[in-house]
Amino acid sequence: MLKSKTFVKKTRSGGIMKIVREHYLRDDIWCGSEVCTECNQEESVLQKDACIESNLCSFPHYLLPDTNVVLSQIDILEDPLIKNVIILQTVLQEVRHRSAPIYKRLKDILHDKEKRFYTFTNEHHRETYIEREQGESANDRNDRAIRVSTKWYSDHLKNTPTDEGLKVVLLTNDRGNKEKAEKSGLLTYRCEEYVKSLIANPELVDRLALTNDDKNEITSSRVMFPEHLPLSRIQEGDDSTEVLIQGLQNLNRAVHQDVVAVEILPLNQWVAPSSVVLQDEGPKEDDVTEEEEAELKRGLSGSESRKPTGRVVGIIKRNWRPFCGMLFLSQIKEATRHLFTPADRCIPRIRIETRQAATLAGQRIMVAIDGWPKHSRYPNGHFVRSLGSAGDKETETEVLLLEHDVPHQDFSQAVLSFLPKMPWNITEEDMAVREDLRNLTVCSVDPPGCTDIDDALHCRDLANGNQEVGVHIADVSHFIRPGNAMDLEAANRGTTVYLTGRRIDMVPELLSSNLCSLRSNVERLAFSCIWEINDKAEIVKTRFTKSVINSKASLTYAEAQMRIDDTNMNDDTTKSLRGLNRLAKILKKQRIEKGALTLSSPEVRFHIDSETHDPIDLQTKELKETNSMVEEFMLLANISVAQKIYDEFSECALLRKHPAPPPSNYDILNKAAKSKDLVIHTDSAKALADSLDAA
Amino acid sequence: MAGLELLSDQGYRLDGRKATELRKVQARMGVFAQADGSAYIEQGNTKALAVVYGPHEVRGSRSKTLHDRAVINCQYSMATFSTAERKRRPHGDRKSTEMSLHLKQTFEAAVLTNLYPRSQIDIYVKILQSDGGNYSACVNAATLAVIDAGIPMRDYVCACTAGFVDETPLADLCHAEESGGGTSLALALLPRGGHIALLQMDARLHQDHLETLMEAAMTACKGVSKVLDEVVRQHLQEVSALTGE
Repeated sequence: MLKSKTFVKKTRSGGIMKIVREHYLRDDIWCGSEVCTECNQEESVLQKDACIESNLCSFPHYLLPDTNVVLSQIDILEDPLIKNVIILQTVLQEVRHRSAPIYKRLKDILHDKEKRFYTFTNEHHRETYIEREQGESANDRNDRAIRVSTKWYSDHLKNTPTDEGLKVVLLTNDRGNKEKAEKSGLLTYRCEEYVKSLIANPELVDRLALTNDDKNEITSSRVMFPEHLPLSRIQEGDDSTEVLIQGLQNLNRAVHQDVVAVEILPLNQWVAPSSVVLQDEGPKEDDVTEEEEAELKRGLSGSESRKPTGRVVGIIKRNWRPFCGMLFLSQIKEATRHLFTPADRCIPRIRIETRQAATLAGQRIMVAIDGWPKHSRYPNGHFVRSLGSAGDKETETEVLLLEHDVPHQDFSQAVLSFLPKMPWNITEEDMAVREDLRNLTVCSVDPPGCTDIDDALHCRDLANGNQEVGVHIADVSHFIRPGNAMDLEAANRGTTVYLTGRRIDMVPELLSSNLCSLRSNVERLAFSCIWEINDKAEIVKTRFTKSVINSKASLTYAEAQMRIDDTNMNDDTTKSLRGLNRLAKILKKQRIEKGALTLSSPEVRFHIDSETHDPIDLQTKELKETNSMVEEFMLLANISVAQKIYDEFSECALLRKHPAPPPSNYDILNKAAKSKDLVIHTDSAKALADSLDAA
Repeated sequence: MAGLELLSDQGYRLDGRKATELRKVQARMGVFAQADGSAYIEQGNTKALAVVYGPHEVRGSRSKTLHDRAVINCQYSMATFSTAERKRRPHGDRKSTEMSLHLKQTFEAAVLTNLYPRSQIDIYVKILQSDGGNYSACVNAATLAVIDAGIPMRDYVCACTAGFVDETPLADLCHAEESGGGTSLALALLPRGGHIALLQMDARLHQDHLETLMEAAMTACKGVSKVLDEVVRQHLQEVSALTGE
């Protein structure tokens, strides 16, 4: 028999569409019960002696839960005790529509042959199909469909020749439904009373989920965020205090790095910062999340360290950008909406709509947020592009660079146009403004494999017994003039980024590894800082000049150390190194006495296999004397330059300082130390350094 | 909110049919008195009307005349009210021209055109309601109309669509199943000899599944041919009853 299903749907653009579908009613849908002789089924799912021992139902019976019972008590249905249950097609479709994870769990139960759950396609069965009456809501119609199917089953099973009287029990929590069912002579119980009546298994009662049943209508109980206030009502408050915002509702759809307006809650609602992190398991029932958070708040609000707490009432500026991460596929197979989990943990999960979910599942992708409607738990976004398979070295490097906002594209034509033409030579004009230091025994000491040498040193004895020490820095400003494209690009990049096996340059390679690199045996432009130092490492004179140098040797730390130690080597470079080393040691001692801190932990170096380019070994870098030597003179240069700038431009010198941190910053350190019975003194830098050394 | 479940675990489709079941087919011949041949067919909710004029002299340009056989001229169009949203341009759009060409090719293969040299046969098909399987309904309607016009054919031309979901071939797709993004194969068959007049497929399909899908489509076409045969015989009985033979 052919019926027609007509309903009206809203299109994405807001228009109305009338959908007409055929609906066939069949005579060949079987009941699935073992006892039935009428139905011509191949295999029966529901057993003959369907006995669950219960006070209320002492006869063999099949259970028939309605939609809300399935949605809220899925844990009970999953219990191995509950068998021989009829799931109606109406209930199955409603569950699919309302909750994907529960639908998946239900399907798993249905596939498990041991559990004896049967899907009855009541919508297409001629006798159990009903049409919506005038004035009946969709929910009421579904409830009526469930009742009609239950009645059909009861009557159908009565016709079978059994002596035990197999019955069908309707499980529903809806009062209205229960009353109507009882009126038509059906056996109905509320899920709670049925579970409590089970004699054999009292522990099942624990798995009962507590819900407020009376008002449990099938309205979509979504998270409702409060509306954002219009911009006119948001005034610029003072932002010097730190305000704690706790909970999803109070965050009110603000995303990490947004500029927001916050309303401070009254004093009695202030809480202490929680040290518990709630993990977002995925889309779950929203009221459960709220309950958990409320519990946590109650637990912690007794402590002393309450901070000013507030809630977000408006967003002033969104700072959304495309995020990297992975796709978290939906439970329903045909679904087009999936959740995307960003790599950065401060960013919430994003819901995107895509048809290529299967291909994207194992890949790292980029997603941008479009908006966050107030009834939705997650923001909506769209797929931007795919970066490659997860776990692949290239992809992961790309993800890291994107997440840390490191510009790593090739230099543009505009930037490259500002490079000097090769072959490049030092011209007469350049020489005229610079001091000629090409005769000095300058050398550079750098890590092995370094091609961008930016500094070089020299040291020689003077007639009066003092040493002349010079630090020469590559003169990049000769090549990059202020304001041009290369200058702007370098400013944007800020620094050269060193990854294992890859280096992302701040300026194009021609400059960084060639023209601005103080390689040995070539003339290079530099800016020099030259001191006259006595043998007690005190500075007698300082002078600064633009220069031209010719480095005699570019050494590694290991090579330099070897030369210093080798008593047989006595050439100018080695003598120069020894002089530098001696002075460096004295300078370091002086610094430590004044209270310098050595806080850096030992660096780690990866050994890359030359063929596969994969790391094969790990080594901690050893600090040699030569490392410290270069460090000391660079520090000295900085100090001298700072002094000079301050002297010349005392009103506007741009200097770098390290003020003492507030004592509260040490709290975590003190706590950790106390746990090991150590005391860290933090009143001065020297005290801190000493107590760290002692510990 | 997920997409529609095209095939449930119990083996039922959206409208309650099983995978190999066809929709309800109802047809009538001789609906238009003024045309030489006409037919109306309903396949589920898809309703198509076909009208045949001919064979007659070639209208328009004489150059189109073929000396040894008849020219078949087909025109396919959809009513503006045939789809869920009102169609803006019912004639002359790409889909219509393509369909017209396909129909022409199909009927050139089936109609015995060499019996009518230097003449033209016009077939006009209009879709009144579109719910999947437009091309199939057109072909079936046109077959009946051509038979009604008394033009000899090699065999009935029956057409049906088939799709592939969850490793199962589905016969006779409705609109929701077609637009679900899966494969959809349209097949026009001359059932007695098993000759294929037209085969068209959308979307991608693994080549291992092609055999199964074509088998399913052929079985569906044979099912349709049975219905059409029934309709023709019944119509003939009515007509002969009226004319008193």
